[in-house]
Amino acid sequence: MAAPATWADAQALEELLLRMWQIRAFEIRAMELFEEKLIRGSVHPYVGMEAIAVGACAALGPDDFITSTHRGHGHCIAKGLDLKLMMAEIIGREDGYCRGRGGSMHITAIDKGMLGADAIVAGSSAIAVGAAHGLRLQGRDGVVLCFFGDGAANQGILHEACNLAAVLSARTVFVCENNEWAISTPAAASTRIANIGDRAAGYGFPGVVTDGNDVLGVRGVTAEAVARARAGEGPTLIEAKSYRVTPHSAATKTDLRPPDELDAWRARDPILRFSRHLAEEHAVEPARLEQIEDQARRDVEEAVEFALASPRPEPEAALEDVFAPADWLTPGRLA
Amino acid sequence: MTDANTRELNMSEALNEALHEEMERDPGVFVIGEDIAQMGGLFQVTTGLLDRFGPQRVIDAPISEAAQAGAGVGAALVGCRPVVELQIADFVSLVMDQVVNHAGKWRYMSGGRVTVPFVLRGAVSSGIGMAAQHSQTLESWFVHAPGLVVIMPSTPYDAKGLLKSAIRDDNPVVFLEKRLLYSRPGPVPAGEYTIPIGVADVKREGTDVTVATYAAGVHLALQAARQFAREGIELEVVDLRTLKPLDTETLVASVRKTGRLVVVSEASRAGGFASEVVARVSDEAFAALQSPPVRVTAEDVPMPYSAPLERAVLPQVEDVVAGVNAALERVVIEEAPA
Repeated sequence: MAAPATWADAQALEELLLRMWQIRAFEIRAMELFEEKLIRGSVHPYVGMEAIAVGACAALGPDDFITSTHRGHGHCIAKGLDLKLMMAEIIGREDGYCRGRGGSMHITAIDKGMLGADAIVAGSSAIAVGAAHGLRLQGRDGVVLCFFGDGAANQGILHEACNLAAVLSARTVFVCENNEWAISTPAAASTRIANIGDRAAGYGFPGVVTDGNDVLGVRGVTAEAVARARAGEGPTLIEAKSYRVTPHSAATKTDLRPPDELDAWRARDPILRFSRHLAEEHAVEPARLEQIEDQARRDVEEAVEFALASPRPEPEAALEDVFAPADWLTPGRLA
Repeated sequence: MTDANTRELNMSEALNEALHEEMERDPGVFVIGEDIAQMGGLFQVTTGLLDRFGPQRVIDAPISEAAQAGAGVGAALVGCRPVVELQIADFVSLVMDQVVNHAGKWRYMSGGRVTVPFVLRGAVSSGIGMAAQHSQTLESWFVHAPGLVVIMPSTPYDAKGLLKSAIRDDNPVVFLEKRLLYSRPGPVPAGEYTIPIGVADVKREGTDVTVATYAAGVHLALQAARQFAREGIELEVVDLRTLKPLDTETLVASVRKTGRLVVVSEASRAGGFASEVVARVSDEAFAALQSPPVRVTAEDVPMPYSAPLERAVLPQVEDVVAGVNAALERVVIEEAPA
């Protein structure tokens, strides 16, 4: 039993657990709110994959950025976005991160290092490369980490983006969250290679395959990749193998995945696993672990209360903010 | 605009000056594209930039148009002002997702909290036998997609001033350049100037028919106008310059004056920008029209290679003349060929 070296380390570990529980609680609550018709469209829950976002973002500093996907709530929470503003966004309210214009799939908070969630599954990969190049031009040392899924790994833009990142030595980290299924299509039916991480060899940068349900493991490999990127040594592709134990989305009622496969992955729950680790290796008391879980639930409930109390956008505002302020943007002349 | 310091530059040179000046002015401006650094671009628009600004700001990218565009969007999100060069404008089909789903929407999706100051330049290469995959005029795709500014200049002077404005604008801009115009000279003052986005330019004043057009169509219209002037018919040639936002004030004012409208566009007809111009005038000044508006456009076919076929598909001066005659409701009896 190894006690954490310092109180700060212990706090950092508990913070990881809290973030993971916040994601779990947020997603479960969001699915309920969808059923209650308070959330429109859909919600793509991140349940079962919490260790990837939390581990990866724990390796980033406040000046680093992420890009995200349609399944992006976990990334946002891990990057330190405010649960209240997130929940207000996905309920479509004016106090949301995007004032209700973006919704669940488009949360953006650049001041928090969140360049945006992108519902074109690999769409943000090139954005990450350009953002990294832009930061370098500006003399900033930020790294850009791009999250995408195993399904997205087969979209053409990712190939272009990885290659361009390599050529530019862009300070990027590509994190493939392999959750085994692209809605109803298993990864094995989408590619003939066992590890998407192996594709990095084709771009001339390192590929790392890691257990996506091990939050400290993900943090470790990401920290190495981030250090490498920051040093100007180029990108890394990390494949974090995990599983989403909830359906593709709250609106997707058909789930073709074998029940025993689901059960097997539920048994590998990354949050329970990390809780056990904290108890066994760091002597965190069961009562403390419970406290953290309760704290996460309370945080999410507060977020829901905040969101529901937030005003709805006025219909006439629908035409605003298509364009940034410009001389030509005089009323009545906009095409 | 003409003064003692005015030079004759072609459009490539004028655009090149704009890039030099804007890169000098703002260290966040950079260019990325194919063959643009060492080679200075297929059409010399980026000549000399590499030597002056170095490889971090003048980037020869792999043939990955979508990634170039996406990288532009990403750089814009962190505050740079990228200019992405599409060697041939037809390659927009390869970048549409990055331009339409990303550049054009990011600001709105963020509730107005981010800006995307991004310019996509592309060379429209019709009229020189480049055939169907290198000759399309696809501006209407971008006009239709929300959130994008669309500019198509007709002269070196306009090209320079508008590109400078495009780079300084906080919005994503699609800037389409007609390749045949790159080598066409025109007066460009030596000093600093910009041309405002969203302001049309009356290239020739007239009283009888409004010819609304842009890019190469302007030169067809001016040629037709010179022919009609010999018969005492005065065409007003309105160079729209910016397709989105469209200067409907200037357009409608001209139609109210002349009562007749011909729209000339080198894009194919169905769903083309000429249709939008007609619709806009109909919305705002239908009663002012004394005759049905006429569209003079390319045909709805992929661009053929062989010269007589390409000529048959693209609008020619005689098509503009015929369009004006139709708008004037003149019956012109063609002389039988000798």
